[in-house]
Amino acid sequence: MMPELGKYATEVLSAYAVSLLLLAVLVLWTLRRGRAARATLEAAERETGRHD
Amino acid sequence: MSIWSYANPVKFLTLSARVQPVLWVLSLAFVATGLIWGFFGTPEDYRQGATVKIIYLHVPAALMAINAWFMMLVASLIWLIRRHHVSALAAKAAAPVGVVMTVIALLTGAIWGQPMWGTWWAWDPRLTSFLILFLFYLGYIALWEAVEDPDTAADLTSVLCLVGSVFAVLSRYAVQFWNQGLHQGTSVPVATGGRSVDDVFFYPLVLCMIGFGLLFIALVFYRTGTEIRLRRAAALRARAGRAA
Repeated sequence: MMPELGKYATEVLSAYAVSLLLLAVLVLWTLRRGRAARATLEAAERETGRHD
Repeated sequence: MSIWSYANPVKFLTLSARVQPVLWVLSLAFVATGLIWGFFGTPEDYRQGATVKIIYLHVPAALMAINAWFMMLVASLIWLIRRHHVSALAAKAAAPVGVVMTVIALLTGAIWGQPMWGTWWAWDPRLTSFLILFLFYLGYIALWEAVEDPDTAADLTSVLCLVGSVFAVLSRYAVQFWNQGLHQGTSVPVATGGRSVDDVFFYPLVLCMIGFGLLFIALVFYRTGTEIRLRRAAALRARAGRAA
């Protein structure tokens, strides 16, 4: 159930949309980069035979 | 166990793996509850109308934009004084989170300011110092990328962080230093406790502030782990290259 935002509906909804989009991009980018880093380290450990 | 034992990357990664699930769940719970409560469960303000609902994003983001820089400052000082690599990597990991928080604070501030002040932007002390803080974040990230040797990069970015801290302080206290400008004083002054926000808006705001703080910690833990793994992979390859 949407609250009544009156004449400021555009401002409020755009503030929420922009902020939540930026937060989602930040979290997804962070997780994706983390997975890539794990794969890079595993590959480097395989190549060099070091796991210490 | 001393806190300095976590300067060991393996111990840091072990701790990180243990606390992260809790941090992610709690941050999501606090942010979701605070935003849903604030958006759906609070009334309009008698002067600001429905735009008051922007406070649940603007204030926590601004709070974390400034506090992220202070966390980077502490980590940078630890690097400069004790040469712990994990602290330098933690500062590096925090910067992109801080810059996103700064962008959210600036954008939501502009969207809020337009109907309330009649302008998207004003060269007000707090807004200007916040914009300069944003530029410092960009410079900090660019410097890490520009310098090839990681220890030199950590040294230079730590010094930049010390300089930028002036603007982080100004972002927080500009209103008190220069009693002018459009931006109001701090909504929730922790030191004095004399807040200007009514209870009906205050409680969901506190949940959002806690949630943004926990989200920041979760992201920095995860991103620091990423930086440690990338550094380790580069070191292994460099060592193998020298031995070949």
